[in-house]
Amino acid sequence: MPKDGSTTQAVSLDGQGKPMWLVLELTYRCPLKCVWCNNPLDYEQYGRKELNTDEWIRVLREGRELGALQLGFSGGEPMLRDDLEILVAEAEQLGYYTNLITSGVGLNHERLQALKKAGLKQIQLSLQSANRQLTDELVGARAHDLKIDVARMIKAEGFPMVLNVPVFRQNIDQVQQILDLAEEIGVDYLEFANIQYYNWALLNREELLPTREQIVHAEAVVNEARQRMGKRMTIYFVIPDYYENRPKACMNGWGTIHLTIAPDGAALPCQEVRVIKGLEFPTVREHSLSWLWNDSPLFKKFRGDEWMKEPCRTCDEKEKDFGGCRCQAFLLTGDAANTDPACSKSPHHHVIEMAINRARSNNKEPRPLIRRQPGAVITSFMES
Amino acid sequence: MSENNILAPQDRPKLNPKYLLRWEKSQDAYILLYPEGVIKLNPSASEILKRCTGQLSVEDMVAELSSLFADAPDITHSIYKFLENSYAKGWIDNTGC
Repeated sequence: MPKDGSTTQAVSLDGQGKPMWLVLELTYRCPLKCVWCNNPLDYEQYGRKELNTDEWIRVLREGRELGALQLGFSGGEPMLRDDLEILVAEAEQLGYYTNLITSGVGLNHERLQALKKAGLKQIQLSLQSANRQLTDELVGARAHDLKIDVARMIKAEGFPMVLNVPVFRQNIDQVQQILDLAEEIGVDYLEFANIQYYNWALLNREELLPTREQIVHAEAVVNEARQRMGKRMTIYFVIPDYYENRPKACMNGWGTIHLTIAPDGAALPCQEVRVIKGLEFPTVREHSLSWLWNDSPLFKKFRGDEWMKEPCRTCDEKEKDFGGCRCQAFLLTGDAANTDPACSKSPHHHVIEMAINRARSNNKEPRPLIRRQPGAVITSFMES
Repeated sequence: MSENNILAPQDRPKLNPKYLLRWEKSQDAYILLYPEGVIKLNPSASEILKRCTGQLSVEDMVAELSSLFADAPDITHSIYKFLENSYAKGWIDNTGC
């Protein structure tokens, strides 16, 4: 489950059973080939099934009826949808706080102005390094200069901006340079988000996971910058759960405040959940959003704590972290109801320690990174 | 407002444009929305922030709110404290007097 930084940062409002955070993954299509992409490995098969404009508008309306407040337009690359402005305008009229989560590719002056006019509130732009060669290598396209141009345009249009930096071994030592660049651009929120290891990132984990020493150093640089910059820029540093000894409170608990709609209309408790085999993923094409959120077997599966096994069941921290991430439990232990192995109390915690040890090892063979692109992996055996 | 967050009666606080304050029926409350976050406000916090328009001075605010919350003890102190916290959190800017 991705990006729980967004849940821990600021939601001081108890959801009271409402999906306060609605994320629309408008498409899995994307011009970039990031090796840590959290889209499914078999993302190509969803291209034909993308919801159309009217279907997304129905999702927006039903989402507000359920009490959703924050809305993320995500992907893939949401700029590839030419109805984005229509959807933003509809969302704005319904009373959402609208966030665009983009790589910047496809954003130009005209579309920025159109989005502003439609009422878009905020833009989260991703950047991978302070250095053209490294960014372009990491995303598999010439994107660095374009991203910097887009960042300046976003500020010129007066949008609040979150600059999101996915962090891994290849860029973690650049934290200072990225801070300097963000300060110069005038970023409002800078988020260093250590990547989480699902889908493409898990395939490439051995090459991407930073060492503990790298993380300690990067965090010290961030803390120094926080002192210096005060309120001018808010800096988040999401450390990887692999080094935390306690699991993250993933999505603030399954089916409590987060609702993601995938490009094909599947209603998901988190963006990664289709990695868990044996679950069914009904879509908004067959069901109301209310049924999907309140009553579908998927959302009930790990809601609350009835499903928990030991050591979670009797753990005095279960209200705090909800046993961690179900996807990570499934991927690394084979059972989604197990304790997230990121927890040192998990009987499977050694799988995390082994990954950390491999990250530290100096004498391993470097492996090629697998880029997110068609045909990079064979997924025809993945059907459950 | 000085560096140490102390407000003067003539200061005119204004909601930071990154924040959106509005009534939310489903929460039966005013909420503060901002990039990736939501804060639900209690009634007194709502009344104070609604007045942070850059037009009203703190002393005018105190006068208005004192009549609105006639029963609240030491409301002047509470308002200053809330505004100073809001300033420290970046919810409001000070447009001076």
